[in-house]
Amino acid sequence: MTATEHGFDPISDYDIFSPSYILDPFPVMDEIRESACPVAHTERWGGSWMPTRYADIVAVAQEHETFTSQQILVTAPPAAQAEGPYAGVAAPPISSDPPEHHWHRRLILPFFSPQAVAKFEDGTRELCNRLIDGFIDRGEADAAADYAQQIPVRVIATMLGVPTDMSDTFTGWVRGVLEAGLTDPKVRLESRLNILGYFKREIDDRKANPRDDDLITTLLHSEVDGERVPEDYVIGVCNLMLVAGVDTTWSSIGASLWHLAQHPEHRRQLRDDPELWPSAIEELLRAYAPVTMARIVGHDTEFQGCPMSAGDRVLMSFPAANRDPRQFDRPDEVILDREHNRHVAFGAGIHRCAGSNLARLELRVALQTFLARIPEFELVDPSAVTWAGGQVRGPRQCMVRF
Amino acid sequence: MRVRVDADACHGHQSCAIAAPEVFGADDYGNAVVLVEGDIPVELEAKVRRAEGNCPERAITIEG
Repeated sequence: MTATEHGFDPISDYDIFSPSYILDPFPVMDEIRESACPVAHTERWGGSWMPTRYADIVAVAQEHETFTSQQILVTAPPAAQAEGPYAGVAAPPISSDPPEHHWHRRLILPFFSPQAVAKFEDGTRELCNRLIDGFIDRGEADAAADYAQQIPVRVIATMLGVPTDMSDTFTGWVRGVLEAGLTDPKVRLESRLNILGYFKREIDDRKANPRDDDLITTLLHSEVDGERVPEDYVIGVCNLMLVAGVDTTWSSIGASLWHLAQHPEHRRQLRDDPELWPSAIEELLRAYAPVTMARIVGHDTEFQGCPMSAGDRVLMSFPAANRDPRQFDRPDEVILDREHNRHVAFGAGIHRCAGSNLARLELRVALQTFLARIPEFELVDPSAVTWAGGQVRGPRQCMVRF
Repeated sequence: MRVRVDADACHGHQSCAIAAPEVFGADDYGNAVVLVEGDIPVELEAKVRRAEGNCPERAITIEG
C-alpha cells in the first residue's frame, strides 16, 4: 500500500481518526507491523508513537516505570485550570502510578472478582430480554444502538447505585469523553465536568443519607491505613467506572453481533455446542478488542530503536497486538475453539482492566440471550454499518434483520 | 503434572479459570489460585496445558 491509499503514510504520519482507519484499522496496523519500523510515529493529534507488535505492546504495558499513566487517553486532556475544583480528580486506579496505584487498585478489585460480579448475571439477562421484547416483532433492529449500547450502562448504574433511567444521559457524557471529545476539547471538558459534578452531588447526598449495599457509600466509608479515603478518590473511581465500563463493553457486544450476523456457521457452532462459549467469548474479545490506551514516557529512552522523549505519548493498540501473526496463528480469522489465546483485549500488567470479569459476563449474557431469542439474523446493509474508533472501537449503527 | 501460579506476575485476567475451572479459581481480589493440591488428575492435564497457553502474563508454570 502507499500513502495515497490510506490518505496518510502509516509509518510516519498515521491518523487514528481518519474515516478509513476508523472503519477498518487492520490494513494500516498490518503494514506498520511488517515494515522495517514496527513502531510508527505521527505528529497528528498532539503526536504519538504506535507499536504494532504483540511483544512490544505488552512490554509497554509491563514497563510502567518508563511508560507512565499520567495520561491514558489517545489525545491530551483539557488544561487543569479549565477544570476548576475538579483539576485534581483523575480516574484511579487506571490513571495512577505506583506507589499509590497499589491501594487505589486493591480497594476496588474485590467488587469485580468473578464471585462478586456473578450477582449481576440474572439482572443482566432480564435486561437483555426486555430490550429484545422491545424490537423482536419489528423483524429488524439496530444491534448496536437498540441493544449493545443499552446494556453496560444500566449494569454499571445498578452497581454504582445511580438511577438507570439516566442511562441515555450517562451514555452521552461517556461518548463526549471517549468519542467526540477526543478531537473536540470543548466537548471533552463539558462532558468531564458533567460526570464529576454529578458524582460530587451523589456523594454529598450519600453523606447526608447513607445507603445500604451501594458502591458509592461503601467507597466513601473505605479506609486505608486507618484513614478514610479522600473524596477526590471516590469521585475519580466513579468517573472511571462510568467512562471505562460503558463504551468498551458495548463496543465488544456490538462488534461480536456484527460478526455473528455475517457468520451463520459460528451461530450454528454455538447452538450445537454450548461448551464452546468460554473460548468463543475470549476469541471474540481477541479479534474485536475495542480499546487502545495511551502512556506518557516518563524519562528519555530508546524503545525498539526509536528515540522517545519524556512527555511523549505512546499508544497501546490492543487490537493491533491481538492480530499479530507472531503471536496468533491465522490472526484475522475468528476460530471459536482457538486453543492458545494469550489475548490482551483487557491490557496486561498492573493496569489490566479491573472490570474484565463483569465485561465478560455482560458479553456472554448479551450474546447468549440474543442468539436464543433470534437464532438467525443478518446485516441489512453491510456498507451502512458505522463505527467509532480512536480510543474505543465498535459499531455505532448496525441494522440487522431477522 | 503439577502446576503453580507466580503471584507477582498474575494480574487477575482469569484466563486460566476460564480454560480449566476445575483447577484454577480466584481469590477475593480476582487473582488466580490453584484449587488442586498436589498432582493434577490425568483427565485435567490437557485443560491445564490450555490454561498455561492462555495466560497473557505467562504466570503459570507446569512441572512434570
